[in-house]
Amino acid sequence: MSSRRDTAERLRRLMATEGDAVAQNTRTVNQLSDYAIQRFDDYEDLRDAAREIKESAIANLPDLIDEVTEAVEANGGQVHVAQTADDANRIVESIMADRDAEKLVKSKSMTTEEIDVNDHLEAGGYEVVETDLGEYVIQLADEAPSHLIGPAMHRSPEDIADLFNSEFDLDEDLSGDPNELTEFARERVGKHIREADVGMTGANFVVAESGTLMLVTNEGNARKTAVTPDTHVAVAGIEKLVPSLADLQPFTELIARTGTGQDITSYVSLLTPPVDTPIPDFEADEMRSADDREFHLVLLDNGRMGMREDDDLRETLYCIRCGACSNACSNFQAVGGHGFGGETYTGGIGTGWEAGVHDLQSADEMNDLCTGCSRCEPKCPVEIDIPWVNTVVRDRINHQGEGDDFEFLVEGLTPDEEPAGLDLQKRLFGNVETLAKVGSLAPGLSNAVAGSRPGKWVLEQAFGVDPRRDLPEFADETLREWYGARGAQVTDPDRDVVLYPDVYTDYFDPGRGKAAVRVLESLGVRVHIPAVPESGRAPFSQGMIETAREQAEAVHGALVTHIDDGRDVVVIEPSDLAMFRRDYEHLLPERSAERLAENTYDVMEYVFGLLDNGADGDALDVPGDDGDAGVAYHSHCQQRTMGVDEYTETVLSDLGYSVRTSDVECCGMAGSFGYKSEYYEVSMDVGKHLHDDLGAVEDERLVASGTSCQEQLDVLYERGVPHPVELIAPR
Amino acid sequence: MSSESLSTFESSVPGAVHRTTAADADAALAEAIEDPAVGTALPYDDVSLSEPVDTDPSPSALESAATGVTPAALGIADYGTVTIPSGGAGDELVSLYTPRHVAVVAASDVVPDMPTAYERLGEDFAAGMDTQILATGPSATADMGTLVQGVHGPSETHVVVLEDR
Repeated sequence: MSSRRDTAERLRRLMATEGDAVAQNTRTVNQLSDYAIQRFDDYEDLRDAAREIKESAIANLPDLIDEVTEAVEANGGQVHVAQTADDANRIVESIMADRDAEKLVKSKSMTTEEIDVNDHLEAGGYEVVETDLGEYVIQLADEAPSHLIGPAMHRSPEDIADLFNSEFDLDEDLSGDPNELTEFARERVGKHIREADVGMTGANFVVAESGTLMLVTNEGNARKTAVTPDTHVAVAGIEKLVPSLADLQPFTELIARTGTGQDITSYVSLLTPPVDTPIPDFEADEMRSADDREFHLVLLDNGRMGMREDDDLRETLYCIRCGACSNACSNFQAVGGHGFGGETYTGGIGTGWEAGVHDLQSADEMNDLCTGCSRCEPKCPVEIDIPWVNTVVRDRINHQGEGDDFEFLVEGLTPDEEPAGLDLQKRLFGNVETLAKVGSLAPGLSNAVAGSRPGKWVLEQAFGVDPRRDLPEFADETLREWYGARGAQVTDPDRDVVLYPDVYTDYFDPGRGKAAVRVLESLGVRVHIPAVPESGRAPFSQGMIETAREQAEAVHGALVTHIDDGRDVVVIEPSDLAMFRRDYEHLLPERSAERLAENTYDVMEYVFGLLDNGADGDALDVPGDDGDAGVAYHSHCQQRTMGVDEYTETVLSDLGYSVRTSDVECCGMAGSFGYKSEYYEVSMDVGKHLHDDLGAVEDERLVASGTSCQEQLDVLYERGVPHPVELIAPR
Repeated sequence: MSSESLSTFESSVPGAVHRTTAADADAALAEAIEDPAVGTALPYDDVSLSEPVDTDPSPSALESAATGVTPAALGIADYGTVTIPSGGAGDELVSLYTPRHVAVVAASDVVPDMPTAYERLGEDFAAGMDTQILATGPSATADMGTLVQGVHGPSETHVVVLEDR
């Protein structure tokens, strides 16, 4: 793994060269996709159906391979199962040799990128030409695709014009006009297609019962590639198999909506090769009989059967490579797939693919760019828990780590279950509760040390904490100390709740906890604030799964008796609520996880419920006559994925506030991410997008639900940013 | 086909829609076609492609044609999609190599939605019509920085709907 400084430098360079094009393209498609999904009533039902089809197909994969082999052979084609990339390349090369072929044209396929078939064939003396215009561009530039479906999206039209002008000896240079560039490239590529001996495609899906391929395209190049030469080679991962034609229906309706933001692409080809289309021989100017057509289906394993056996990586095989997870990812929007990518695959799901078909090494650096914000999840057409896949891969990478010179500093501070060689930065952020407990014994001293130059130096050198960030300051009195001295002030309660004392609220910002107590009490609720351990979010986000599991077990133990007593659990920090509601399913026995998920609430969700059930909200603070009704609200990423952000908006609106919200996926801080010296600048780039999105906030209150969002907005707007519950707390 | 499906289809098709009857099909086709044109035989009673549409084009005729005319097996109302069965007559080439594609569809073959379309596709595939292209509007790319229509396939698409077929 390269040093933090190298990583920072590499990402800085990418943001400077490719960042603008990537940001514009990904954010545009992300918005189009949001819009396409909103207008589509069947979205959730079809996702469920698509998930089920993929689960069952992967479970029955060996049978499907047998079935498709039989079907393709019955149609007059041949099937080759390749165990490795090398096997696949050898098979393709022997097909070229058998057909006396010289030139192969290709339509876009990530699977052929995975096996580097172009390099292999070129080394064998064959000519290979990409026909998708984006792929054509990166082939000329000798680059890797920066996105699963937009391989050249990191390049601006001007970049592409420069590339064409330097690659070709043109009478007149091309400008950056997209129409002109498209016309130029289509002419060049069209000629290659007419001359080619073999056409190679991938396949979005392969139907086992009939040997039908589904190809999803907009340009029409895949159609031409498949039918113009007399020989068609399709290379597909074995995970592309589905049992029947009818199984394609949900995918036909989903793939463009999530991938490109269209309702459907220009072409969805359902080809059952060898096809009956006559063969156009442009050189002889005659149509040849379709009887001369040859078809080869190369089914690639290359680690996939291993992924199928792997309980955590298996769902990566359900991926249909639509790229939605990349477009929805704030960090991807900032750095693109050349930053957030491995050897072949890019974006959130890329980590699972890299770990499965290449190795952990190839997944290592990209993996850190997933902050677990979870905004990709609602966009995944097959409901893959992409953050979990990233967490698992991170955990596996951690177990490969080496120790370093600062190990002594954390002795005794790290009662975790992780290997000795774990990266110290991950260990620091993963053990934030232990640090908080120690630090809060003498808050003044801790703050002074953390804020001092020597303190910052050690934090940077040992732990990679960026000195441009100020660490949060310890409060003089924790929330629990305050509440212990004060006690409950509701004697005849309508309800009893546990207010979860998350680490941040308890040690650093008790103000928002006090506000929550006052709001709940004013609505007739008696509050309890018992000692409950850190949720495990901190170690979880560092890939320290066993430590997180221990935390989860301890939290369950601390809360379950309260739940048994009929107490609801109210949570201020959305990232902790997301642990209880979603991530614990990976850490706790099913019944325990369900118990917590069903009985935990976002504080504003709870307030909404109380008011909705008739609680008297007269004591809550409402806007006065002095024009303080305007609120700019940034909800937390995980809160939005859980769909609970709307309660905050509704409560504030019902109380008379005029609320506007941010549209960005994440603030960029994402827990510890923005503190890490190698990612500070990415974090600030993402933050700047949030600032651009929210715009000036002058006569409005600026509020945010998440701790790290509050911290990030503090910096961006140079002002304190409270939690919404502080806005409505009785004065 | 309900009249509701037909009007949904008409409004969803990304391109010109010509509603006609078998008797008036020649005029509607003439309106949709720009010469020189190539085509494949239409399977509808009393409707056929007449001169000068070349129904047995050579590769060079294909390349120089302005319009390609093919039948469509289905219209899918929700999406404005037509399906092009590609058989031995060369429908795939005719609908792909020309800058304008004219699809001719019977109103009775317009189905409301994708699930219904897949039921029909299932029947077609079982009967041997096992290669079809779901085509929706012109070919397009955004790879050069903005949406450009007309890449490797047509830049313009028309649909002729035969109301009495």
